[in-house]
Amino acid sequence: MTEAHEQARSAAREPSVDPATDPSAGEVFDADIHAKAREVIARYPQSRSALLPLLHLVQSVQGYVSREGITFCARHLDLSEAEVSGVVTFYTMYKRRPCGQHLVSVCTNTLCAALGGDAVYRRLCEHLGEEGRPLGHEETAGTPGEQGSITIEHAECLAACDLAPVLQVNYEYFDNQSPDSAVELVDALRNGDKPAPTRGAPLTDFRSAELQLAGFFPDDSEQSRSDVDAPTAAEETVRGARLAQDRGWTAPAMPDDVALPEVEQK
Amino acid sequence: MTLTHRAPAEPEQTPEQRTVTLTIDGRSITVPEGTTVWQAARELGIDIPALCHDERYEPVGVCRMCVVDTGGRAFAASCVRPCEPDMEVTTSTPEVEQSRRVLTELLVVDQPEREHDPKQTTTADNELIAVADDYDVIGVDDLFSGPAKGTDHSNPVIAVDHDACILCDRCVRACDDVQGNDVIGRTGKGYGSRIAFDLNDPMGASSCVTCGECVSACPTGALTNKPINNIPIQPKEQLDAVDTVCPYCGVGCALTYYVDRERGGISYAEGRDQPGNQSRLCVKGRYGWDYAASPQRLTTPLIRVDAAYPKGPLSADVKEDSGEDGDGKRGRKPGGLVPYEEVMPHFREATWDEALDLVARRLGEIYAESGSDGIAGFGSAKCSNEEGYLFQKLIRTAFRSNNVDHCTRLCHASSVAALFEGVGSGSVSTTYGDIANADVAIITGSNATANHPVASSFFKQARRDGTTIIYIDPRAGTVADHADIFCQLKPGTDVALYNGIMHEIIRLDLVDHDFVADRTANYEQLAKTVEAYPPELAAQITGVDAETIRRIARIWGEAGAGVIYWGMGISQHTTGTDNARCLIAMCSITGNVGRPGTGLHPLRGQNNVQGASDAGLIPMFYPNYQSASDSAARQRFERAWGVQLNPNNGLTVTEVMASVLDGGVRGMYMLGENPFLSDPNINKVRKALAKLDFLVVQDIFLTETAEFADVILPASSYLEKDGTYTNTDRRVQRGRTVFDPPGQARVDWQIVQDIAQRLGLGWDYRSPREVFEEMVELMPDYANLTYDNLGSTGKLYPNPDPEHEDGTVVLFDDRFNTSDGLAHLVPAEWLPGKELPDEEYPYVLNTGRLLEHWHTGSMTRRSYALDSIAPRAEAYVHPGDAAELGLTDGGRARVVSRRGEIELHVKVSHREARGNVFIPFHFREAAANLLTIDEIDPTGKIPEFKFCAVRIVPVADRESAPAGGSTA
Ligand code: SF4
Ligand code: SF4
Ligand code: FES
Ligand code: FES
Repeated sequence: MTEAHEQARSAAREPSVDPATDPSAGEVFDADIHAKAREVIARYPQSRSALLPLLHLVQSVQGYVSREGITFCARHLDLSEAEVSGVVTFYTMYKRRPCGQHLVSVCTNTLCAALGGDAVYRRLCEHLGEEGRPLGHEETAGTPGEQGSITIEHAECLAACDLAPVLQVNYEYFDNQSPDSAVELVDALRNGDKPAPTRGAPLTDFRSAELQLAGFFPDDSEQSRSDVDAPTAAEETVRGARLAQDRGWTAPAMPDDVALPEVEQK
Repeated sequence: MTLTHRAPAEPEQTPEQRTVTLTIDGRSITVPEGTTVWQAARELGIDIPALCHDERYEPVGVCRMCVVDTGGRAFAASCVRPCEPDMEVTTSTPEVEQSRRVLTELLVVDQPEREHDPKQTTTADNELIAVADDYDVIGVDDLFSGPAKGTDHSNPVIAVDHDACILCDRCVRACDDVQGNDVIGRTGKGYGSRIAFDLNDPMGASSCVTCGECVSACPTGALTNKPINNIPIQPKEQLDAVDTVCPYCGVGCALTYYVDRERGGISYAEGRDQPGNQSRLCVKGRYGWDYAASPQRLTTPLIRVDAAYPKGPLSADVKEDSGEDGDGKRGRKPGGLVPYEEVMPHFREATWDEALDLVARRLGEIYAESGSDGIAGFGSAKCSNEEGYLFQKLIRTAFRSNNVDHCTRLCHASSVAALFEGVGSGSVSTTYGDIANADVAIITGSNATANHPVASSFFKQARRDGTTIIYIDPRAGTVADHADIFCQLKPGTDVALYNGIMHEIIRLDLVDHDFVADRTANYEQLAKTVEAYPPELAAQITGVDAETIRRIARIWGEAGAGVIYWGMGISQHTTGTDNARCLIAMCSITGNVGRPGTGLHPLRGQNNVQGASDAGLIPMFYPNYQSASDSAARQRFERAWGVQLNPNNGLTVTEVMASVLDGGVRGMYMLGENPFLSDPNINKVRKALAKLDFLVVQDIFLTETAEFADVILPASSYLEKDGTYTNTDRRVQRGRTVFDPPGQARVDWQIVQDIAQRLGLGWDYRSPREVFEEMVELMPDYANLTYDNLGSTGKLYPNPDPEHEDGTVVLFDDRFNTSDGLAHLVPAEWLPGKELPDEEYPYVLNTGRLLEHWHTGSMTRRSYALDSIAPRAEAYVHPGDAAELGLTDGGRARVVSRRGEIELHVKVSHREARGNVFIPFHFREAAANLLTIDEIDPTGKIPEFKFCAVRIVPVADRESAPAGGSTA
């Protein structure tokens, strides 16, 4: 392949209809978002690999993946809308309905459920819902996008079983929750407060978190450092490792060439 | 450095090809490396059940029905598992069978009951049910089945039942990989997963183009055909299969109609495996055949009653559309075809003898009075080769007149003129499928996804396999979505663009000097002309930036194999011949003719444009392009036909109309042609038709043209006759009779023969086969072809050995057809369109076709599927222009040119460029050709359909005109 040829092939990745002027992509995404999309795409050797971060980028604008958002990604990545839509509907982190200012995810998987996660979830649904009509999964209290609006969901294991029951606000951890502490937390959120998570970065809001998931961090480097450097591991999680360190325990080395065990002939 | 040429699609078996030897069920077999276990087993005659796999698609291995034991820890899916050396495969063990049985139980548990299964109750070939029967899996009661997933009946001809779907992904591969439509995907996860159209939209509201490929892919009842015209979908064994060819476009897809003899209708159609279309079809071929069963078919000969003279238009539509009386708008019907109730009373039924006698007498009288110049005949590119041949023979021998033409004049006459002059032959130099061997393909002036849908599926597929596609068109048609470079030039600036590209090719010295020296003439002149078109200048004229022009030049110049496909956006200009000349030069200076993956291909519109031209429906050519003014050729035909022939070239379609107005042509015979809607400047056509002393129209429906007829002869539709048709690839295929003509309607070739006999010609053909034999004698290109050796998939011409070969794909491998064997390069200077936009008429009008419709819509608007998908006329306008003009999507607008005006709905479309408006010309109630200009190309005599100036004004929604086209 010649260079020009290669250029042509990669130009294929340039959408043939300029998404920036394509009205079917709507006016929702401004020039800055288009520029950001191109930046994300440039990170990957194959443009289609950029789909997941691009969908987060779209959520950072609208708080969910709208039809326009799907078209936006499809055009930027030279994918069909059906392909994008398939991905969007597969992963739970992509929301098909507008989210509130905050997304509250309550873990109801095995360990959390056993230790009270189900109760936390039920309480929050009732608390955020109306009299006799509790909120359901992925429903929102308040007007989506507005200050203090909250979308609730039940989540599968959030990988913090040692701190169960846990919940997340915009994917930041609040460990060892109880129904009461959870209610207190969402009330604070509704009031416009941003209580500090148990660990990790300070709270922002759903859309800002989505922008970070797309790979864009606040310009202010101080702030992004603290986001990235904030302690993410809890004492409970590292206790075992620490103990081993103190006592000088190590695991035996993993040999490279172990024969697979015999399997009974079928 | 040039690109290495990719191997042709079917590489020859080289001796060093690596093979693998393995054992399947104790039998040893050696297969080429890469063969799957499933394929190898099949070669041994061992059938392994499969659900998600079908040889038409890449295997994905999602259903696990085809598992076999390879001695590994887990069973292997044989449809995706490549054979390995010394592999020992057992295709059936108790464990394997158990695995398949359990899988079947799991799949069957939430399927619709077989008494209600959409497939089992129609075609009765549900593959899952067949597997279930093999494994004795009847009802499974003790398994959980989740909530129903629903049905979708939004598409007029395809039913979706999500509960019958087993998520085998066949439809996804059919839609994406085969047709390249990219509509179907999956949505959701786990039990809730379903197939989804676009953004999980209803099928009818999605971007689905109803090609039906997914239906033919689906193994279960999830995607099925709905009945059309109340003819139920039935098992194949109960139906009569007729192998024929699609009646619509030049792609000429081979298909099979499954006919319900009892009810006298077609149940459904299926694509057939022919080297060109490879079983694919588009919406017109698969679902658009019911027009022939329309109750509006003409079934009796008709003669105009005395009270209907002097002649003029008969329907209020045609009268008042003319703008001659009143404001020319009131009283118009909101859609539909010729109103029979208005027109029929002006005719009386007659016997065939009376009608044919009258035709022969009147045409004979006019010939006696005015001589050859007084008569003209228009054939049609919808007619078979045999009909076209007989028709021109009739006009040429009975009336000694070369005034015989057909609608190629309106589509590719300029391309053909340029090709004759340049390479000595009007046909394509390679096939549409040959794009697979091209490194680079230019597709230009062609909305191929709409007009040559199945050919375009091969274009899209080639791109996925690495061919670079450059799309050059003023409209961002769907092809643009599949192009590597889309170059949206201003309408009517093609010559400037190609000159600019060639300028750059020469500057970069990417010229193939050997080819130029050995195989072309006049290169210096060409080089001198394009010298004056540096990319910057070309950029100014075309609106394409100079960088893109340079890039195209480099890519084209460096391509190892480059091919150009073009459509009417090239030919339908006053510079149509020049446009095509540029394309010929583009290929010639880079040596891109005569090898696989290279060449020139004007995509033919009608199913038989190629054949009708081959057969001599051209005023300057006898059959096989033997020049009417060449005395040697003339003598040949005089000898064959036994009469003296007229040495003067005849008049073209457009010239005939002018001649009628001047009192030249007085009598006309129209065979299946409706110049009323398809000619530019309808008002002039109307006047000309009214002025004719005698007009006989032979057609299957009342057309606008028939309103002016003295005699109307009820003809047979495509489905009611035998004959051969030649597609855009030069593939000659046999069309076969599906039904008898309705009522007294007759087969066209017999009608022509009856008239010939009454005019004293002693014709006595007994079948189209005999006509074909006579043609082949006179047509060197068709040499060796016979009805028998055309077989079921037809043959390409030229064909030295049709008994064994499919025919010649690539022409001109060592010489061109010109007298000196060289390609003649003809330089062209850019000229602007004839009617540039100005203050009063600021927009450029472009006309063309929609996927669902055909020409004047007389067939497609009588098809249930096609009419329901695209029922109304719309003007396509850029959103920016729409905003400026105050037009809204779905609102109405009046479009006015210097020649007429029409009113129609607006479609705001990002596919248009600013300043342009596109109107399809199928809709009589908003006939685009009321607006178009009748300026013609000086060489090809083709009208400038693609360029005239118009004004657009919003119209307040009057009594909210209904959208549908009433066909009453
Ligand atoms: S009918 Fe054709 S375009 Fe429509 S979903 Fe099926 S395969 Fe795709
Ligand atoms: S592509 Fe053309 S020939 Fe093929 S099915 Fe469609 S209309 Fe018929
Ligand atoms: S179960 Fe809740 S974090 Fe693992
Ligand atoms: S047929 Fe092989 S996995 Fe489906």
